[in-house]
Amino acid sequence: MFVNRILQILSVIRVSLGSLPERTGTALVATIGFAAVVLVFTGMLSIREGFEKVVQQNGSPDVAMAMRGGSTAELNSGVSLEASRIIGQEANVFHDDRGPVVSPEVLLVVDAPRRTTLSDSNVPFRGVTDRGFVIHDKVRIVEGRMYEEGKGEVIVGRQAAAQFAGLDVGRELRWSGFSWKVVGVFAANGGLEESEIWTDARTLQTAFDRGTYFQSVYIKLTGADTFQSFKDSVTTNPQLNVTVQRYDEYLHAQTEFLSAFVAIAGGVIALLMGLGAVFGAINAMYAAVSSRALEIATLRALGFGRLPVLISVMAEAMVLGIAGGVLGGIVAWIAFDGFQTSTLNWASFSQVAFQFAVTPSLLVQGTALALLLGLFGGLLPAVRAARLPIAEALRGH
Amino acid sequence: MNDSNAVTAETLVRASGITKTYRRGGESINVLSGLMLDVPRGDFLALMGPSGSGKSTLLNLIGGIDRATSGSIEFAGRRLEDMNESELARWRARHVGFIFQMHHLLPMLTAQDNVELPLLLTGFPGAERRRRAAAALKLVGLADRVKHKPAELSGGQEQRVGVARAIVTDPDILLCDEPTGDLDRKAGDAILDLLQALNGEHGKTIVMVTHDPHAAVRAKRTLYFDQGVLVTQAAM
Ligand SMILES: Nc1ncnc2c1ncn2[C@@H]1O[C@H](COP(=O)(O)OP(=O)(O)OP(=O)(O)O)[C@@H](O)[C@H]1O
Ligand SMILES: [Mg+2]
Repeated sequence: MFVNRILQILSVIRVSLGSLPERTGTALVATIGFAAVVLVFTGMLSIREGFEKVVQQNGSPDVAMAMRGGSTAELNSGVSLEASRIIGQEANVFHDDRGPVVSPEVLLVVDAPRRTTLSDSNVPFRGVTDRGFVIHDKVRIVEGRMYEEGKGEVIVGRQAAAQFAGLDVGRELRWSGFSWKVVGVFAANGGLEESEIWTDARTLQTAFDRGTYFQSVYIKLTGADTFQSFKDSVTTNPQLNVTVQRYDEYLHAQTEFLSAFVAIAGGVIALLMGLGAVFGAINAMYAAVSSRALEIATLRALGFGRLPVLISVMAEAMVLGIAGGVLGGIVAWIAFDGFQTSTLNWASFSQVAFQFAVTPSLLVQGTALALLLGLFGGLLPAVRAARLPIAEALRGH
Repeated sequence: MNDSNAVTAETLVRASGITKTYRRGGESINVLSGLMLDVPRGDFLALMGPSGSGKSTLLNLIGGIDRATSGSIEFAGRRLEDMNESELARWRARHVGFIFQMHHLLPMLTAQDNVELPLLLTGFPGAERRRRAAAALKLVGLADRVKHKPAELSGGQEQRVGVARAIVTDPDILLCDEPTGDLDRKAGDAILDLLQALNGEHGKTIVMVTHDPHAAVRAKRTLYFDQGVLVTQAAM
């Protein structure tokens, strides 16, 4: 009898969807309403996805990062060469054939004009030792060559090169009274590094009067699971005053502000638009119910219960929801996916280039949202359909 | 009004003291006022009366798709007013076959699927449903039209599918609201032949609302609406 119930519901759904082509007008309006919500929702969140992807791209759980005690960002941290050496002697630090894999790094920001507006923006300028390339192992020269130390040569990330005027191989730039020559462009697996300019740490320290001070120390550990004992040991070492965190967690924290902002803004906009779409759907489904009144009354006269009728209206609203979700998702994907932009990274007060990323999971979320809106939109009309006075509807009133 | 048949045969439908009042705006219209009716099993009853006299209203009350303002309708001893909405729906599926003037077939379904529709409420397996629907279509002379959709059938054929749909679950009573009202004489006669055969050979109880005296003579008896009750003679 249960199978039979399902069969009844399915056949009423079939009858109701079968007459959908006669209601394309209202159905289309509702579908487009859902699609618009999903478009905006997916568009907003694709910003977050894209930003997080870039920032977190090269995070690694077996890399630790040390900054001055209490610092939350590299720019306002400072670590001495001595401290960096002591860190290198800690247990659980990975050693290769040249010793501990520890990379003290200088980070500051310089001005460069944007290619589009020619207005100055901050670009992160990082100084690394040759050990830095063991830690940042995704960095590859894609144009020109590697810098030679001590010669004022720089390599630029390909996103920085694309965004800022003058960051072309062969060009010379002046910062802090020194002349810098761009000798190469590097890629880093699409990660944050691609928005930076790199040179050797000592040259940078000299040019910008940093003595032997660094901003941070990156440490490759023997494994992801040894982080805690490494951290305990470093933070209890009386010779050191540093905070230690996992590199991937540090990067994740950098995305939190923008992610929260986008989630809230996207949520509010999706809510307001969603409300509009739900009202549109309620309208469309009421229209559908009244145009199907005779058919519903006939089914009810034959002995079909209220439940199959109710479910059939909900099913139709959900079909419209899914259709709108898929439509909105496709449009979002075509319109936004890969859209190149940049935003201020609050941790470095400098630009991070990224692409909107309409990911499969976002598309699923968008469709689920539309489905939910469809459910809301279908509820009241479905109840009306179920409670339709049969005799009156058959009469055609 | 009681009829002499009711004394001997089992009463299938007993309507007593039926009142139906519609409220529109401020005013209320009394359509039925204290109507009495007994329909014995095996009856073929024609209901006549001027337009607006309450014929369809009464048929809908007997079929359980509308509720009386007061009074009682008993069907084989069960009081319809005591049933809730879902009990009433299940009762309709088992016991009542409706034939409407405008047939009300579902346009997107074939003749076969239209006729099978009420069988979904019976619990018969798929093969049995198909067999019964085909048999019903054969009975109404449309064995060769099973795959047709309503739009591909003539008005008379559509109504015959409507008859097949009404009888396919083998209900106790057929309620026909002007079943020939939309058909020409020839097609109408074919439907009346069918109804007469269903009554005469298969023992189906039939209540038929009609405007057409030509149709009414096919019934075993005729009752007329007069001021919200039924009488045996048409008021002149
Ligand atoms: N839902 C309704 N609301 C208000 N009045 C109604 C409603 N349904 C029917 N009526 C009125 O009740 C009266 C009887 O209607 P009914 O359809 O039963 O008449 P009928 O005898 O079947 O007429 P016809 O021969 O034209 O089909 C009419 O005056 C009609 O206007
Ligand atoms: Mg009528």
